[in-house]
Amino acid sequence: MAITGDSHSQFHVLAVDDSLIDRKLIERLLKTSSYQVTTVDSGSKALKFLGLQEDEQSNPDTPYVSPNNHQEVEVNLIITDYCMPGMTGYDLLKKVKESSSLRNIPVVIMSSENVPSRITRCLEEGAEEFFLKPVRLSDLNRLKPHMMKNKIKNQKQEEQEELEIPDIQSEEQKQPAQPPSSQPQPESQPQPSALLLQPNNNKRKAMEEGLSPDRTRPRYNGITTMV
Amino acid sequence: MEVVQMQRAWVEYTKSLFREFSYSFFGWMKGFLDAQFQQLQLLQDESNPDFVAEVVSLFFEDSERLLSDLTFALEQQSVDFKKVDAHVHQLKGSSSSIGAQRVKNDCIAFRSFCEEQNVEGCQRCLQQVKQDYSLVKSKLEALIRLEQQIVAAGGSIPMEELSF
Repeated sequence: MAITGDSHSQFHVLAVDDSLIDRKLIERLLKTSSYQVTTVDSGSKALKFLGLQEDEQSNPDTPYVSPNNHQEVEVNLIITDYCMPGMTGYDLLKKVKESSSLRNIPVVIMSSENVPSRITRCLEEGAEEFFLKPVRLSDLNRLKPHMMKNKIKNQKQEEQEELEIPDIQSEEQKQPAQPPSSQPQPESQPQPSALLLQPNNNKRKAMEEGLSPDRTRPRYNGITTMV
Repeated sequence: MEVVQMQRAWVEYTKSLFREFSYSFFGWMKGFLDAQFQQLQLLQDESNPDFVAEVVSLFFEDSERLLSDLTFALEQQSVDFKKVDAHVHQLKGSSSSIGAQRVKNDCIAFRSFCEEQNVEGCQRCLQQVKQDYSLVKSKLEALIRLEQQIVAAGGSIPMEELSF
């Protein structure tokens, strides 16, 4: 596994292919298009990277509660080969779409064979695109709209959540004037349980951490000037 | 050789790899390389000066392993066509990823003989694919050697002069 790319890149793509040549190629193609890229050689490694335990599906009897079921790194798109030993790209697609925490991540399937029934099956299962191999630079232009669409969708969802949890904010605002350092730590903040199901839980948390001091400070300043 | 001469030689040689035709078991064959190789060349820049050489050497490793696996599989008393097909499928994938179109076309024919479970056809295909592989290998090695000589002499690869 190798994480590469420009740290300023907006989007992070997880590329899955069992062929080393094709991994090299897709990595270069994505990096040339200024995406951040992580490559893995199998579907199960992809799920591991995404923080999804494989036994989640195979063990339906045990209630699945995992504190580690969150992405270490945000993934904006998965691009996977179709034909791989073990878990195929189609199997990976299904696992991602069945997972409440991952299903919003757009998935693109690549295949060297132009089999219409295969293409239909993947698109019906929720794949955004089907690329014929070898993938060209021009194909990659089709990735961005899916990531943008998803980003906007996630932002809307975040706004929605913020509307649903006015308690946290009003609590923060009610706090008497305090230096930002004594603000409640993000860990101790009450997290609505629905949030745990969101795919970009981390990102949201990161945003809160970044935003909350700014959000309260102007008020604090406002109060002091009035006094 | 002067850098300018080497650059001119490189342009001519690269063009010849896309242009050449020759007669084989399957009839007239297209050039050694197709547009996919140009894609690889486009992906090579100052930040990745060895990209083409790296991918090409991976192709050599992959192909040689698969060709020896294929030779072994077709020597067996009862040939496991599923296994043969899986090897050919992989070889077809890597040859098409680097644009070695003759090898790729050989693999397409190979797979149809596999489907027919035609041992003799498969063996002829294996000979053909071995021949085309060693041809494209020597061509690619020569091309990369020339590129290294140009760079070592302080020149750059004149990509812009490749107009197809």
